[in-house]
Amino acid sequence: MLDPRVLVNIDWLWVVLVIPLGVAVANLFLGRRLGKLAGWIASAAVGVSFLLSLEALRELLGASAEGRLVIEHLFDWISVGGFTVGATLRLDLLSATMILVVTGVGLLIHVYAIGYMDGDPRFGRFFAYLNLFVFFMLLLVLADNYGLLYLGWEGVGLCSYLLIGFWFENRENASAAKKAFITTRVGDTLMLVGLALIVREFGTLNFSAVFGTAGQTITEGTATAISLLLFAGAIGKSAQLPLHVWLPDAMAGPTPVSALIHAATMVTAGVYLVVRSAPLFELSDIALTVVLVVGLLTMLFAGTCALAQDDIKRVLAYSTISQLGFMFMAAGMHFYTGAIFMLVAHAFYKALMFLGAGSVMHGMHEETDLQRMGGLIRRMPVTGWTFLVGAFALAGVWPLAGFFAKDQILEVANRTGRQWVYLLGTLGALLSALYIGRLLFLAFFGKARTEEAEHAHESPFVMTVPLLVLAAGTIVAGLLLSTNAEGRLASSLEAVVGPLPADQGGLSTAALLVIATAIALGALAVAWWVYASGRVDRLALRERLQPLPRAARNGWYVDRAYSTVIVDPATAAARFSANVFDRKVIDGAVNGIGAGTRRLAASARRLQTGFVRTYALGFFLGAVGVLLWLGTR
Amino acid sequence: MRTPIAYFIVLSGILFTLGTLGVLLRKNALLIFMSVELQLNAVNLALVAFSRMHLEVDGQVIAFFSMVVAAAEVVVGLAIIVAVYRRRGTVDVDQARGLAG
Repeated sequence: MLDPRVLVNIDWLWVVLVIPLGVAVANLFLGRRLGKLAGWIASAAVGVSFLLSLEALRELLGASAEGRLVIEHLFDWISVGGFTVGATLRLDLLSATMILVVTGVGLLIHVYAIGYMDGDPRFGRFFAYLNLFVFFMLLLVLADNYGLLYLGWEGVGLCSYLLIGFWFENRENASAAKKAFITTRVGDTLMLVGLALIVREFGTLNFSAVFGTAGQTITEGTATAISLLLFAGAIGKSAQLPLHVWLPDAMAGPTPVSALIHAATMVTAGVYLVVRSAPLFELSDIALTVVLVVGLLTMLFAGTCALAQDDIKRVLAYSTISQLGFMFMAAGMHFYTGAIFMLVAHAFYKALMFLGAGSVMHGMHEETDLQRMGGLIRRMPVTGWTFLVGAFALAGVWPLAGFFAKDQILEVANRTGRQWVYLLGTLGALLSALYIGRLLFLAFFGKARTEEAEHAHESPFVMTVPLLVLAAGTIVAGLLLSTNAEGRLASSLEAVVGPLPADQGGLSTAALLVIATAIALGALAVAWWVYASGRVDRLALRERLQPLPRAARNGWYVDRAYSTVIVDPATAAARFSANVFDRKVIDGAVNGIGAGTRRLAASARRLQTGFVRTYALGFFLGAVGVLLWLGTR
Repeated sequence: MRTPIAYFIVLSGILFTLGTLGVLLRKNALLIFMSVELQLNAVNLALVAFSRMHLEVDGQVIAFFSMVVAAAEVVVGLAIIVAVYRRRGTVDVDQARGLAG
């Protein structure tokens, strides 16, 4: 189990995990008594984990490039014959990046939630779930084998379910939670098959063992099968086509949950899985092409959906799906560092925008309809301006984080001879700038369209401070990257996930930069002109474009198709089983046997007359019969 | 001069028939019980007669066994009849229909 390259001296990784878990358990039992303190304790727990993660990264970066790996074996989790799954943690630059995102963004969202969830009757339980989520997410990214990763994977799914349905009194929230759990389960099941296949081929789930021998042990066909099965899990978790339907509905949960789980961390677990499994995916061109195509299609599909939503959180949900598609696109082009970098940048600006949306809802009595907002930046300056930073980052305006993330990926597409990916990716970038511009200008600029928008109020400090920090993070992350075109993070990640794809020539960096900026600014300008300048009648424009906006608003009717093709037949089959088969056939058989026995008994009981002498006659005749039989034999 | 075996067998048959008729036709448990004893003794008589005919003791031995067992059975049977009488105030077997189906 010992790896000779272990040079960094860290043996406290388990503490990073255990603190959120311990506080989650404490809050679960004592949350009611702690009151508001529960939120602060939970935030402190994530804060400590964050500091430890920072220290871990510092020690990692201090070591030489080939020594940047810590493997911490805690105990054997499963041990069956020669097959062992250890509770073993792995810290390399990839997992260090992930735990920093999880704990860093998680900390801000925890603090924000103290304000957002204020007065909720289940305040303590909310933070218990949130901490439990952080624990499972950290487990997922720190795991050193697929078994432990899968434990975290299912754990975050459970927390997602619990938190989407946190206000379960409302039936819609409860069914959204079920939908999320069941839809992702489709992918999870396929992923489990993939893990079984790995065990069959390699006899172990350990990352180092699998990746180290993958090239020699398995054929390309097997690699394709394993990769595609793992990717199926990623499709479910990261809401890619065709399993994306749960994410827009998952917005039923409290907004901090949407920010933490359904934007910054859990949904990016799929990207992490693909990047972590890069050595397997690299063995199969088919698998990587599938990843690329699914990512590309999802990006475009979700981008069009986001353009027509009126619910502020649903716009962001579709936007998340679209951005995740972008990350998979990068991974599909062997550009794993780009995918991870996009993941980090996205975690910042999308969490920022979700928290901004939550702040808007907080200030407008839970209003989520964009059509009923307008001009909010005057009433809620902090929320408004930070949201603007997030929106510009998403749109890809220089020098914000989103610009570098997106530009790098498109540059790789262009330089590796994938011109169609480049064109469609640019179209996707255009779409994202358009929909986020629409959201920004409809909500925060123009005239206030309702009383509530007129009288909206700014949120308390506990909510606005995280917004400011995230906005600063979005800007700083971008600036850090602008000093180094490849990105410091990206270049140091290469040791883990492999080098950048080879340059085959294409447009020059400057040309790409100009095109990307022109598209982002142009789209934002168009959005401003249509939605905030007051010079365009946007409702008439929408009517002129029907039925396209209506179809996009309904997610191109994918939900309805699922209901017709899968849900309705399944319900009908269940109804048939319950009302016809069970009642008539199964119950019929059981009751029929009972009734038959009863009828038989009714005739047989007449033999028991109760007259002793009748019985005596029976004996007598029987004896005579036996004697006759003996005599005549 | 020996009495012919047939006499014993015919007498035994008559006694057994009387016993059987008593068991089948009587209603009083005590009389049914006595009829059963009559049947047993009829059989004992036949056993002893055959034993003498064959000049073997086996039949007599079985007859003794049968008497001993019958004595034991009488004890149990009479006790049951007394118990039934105490409980129900009658020993009429037609009244004892508790197990009618």
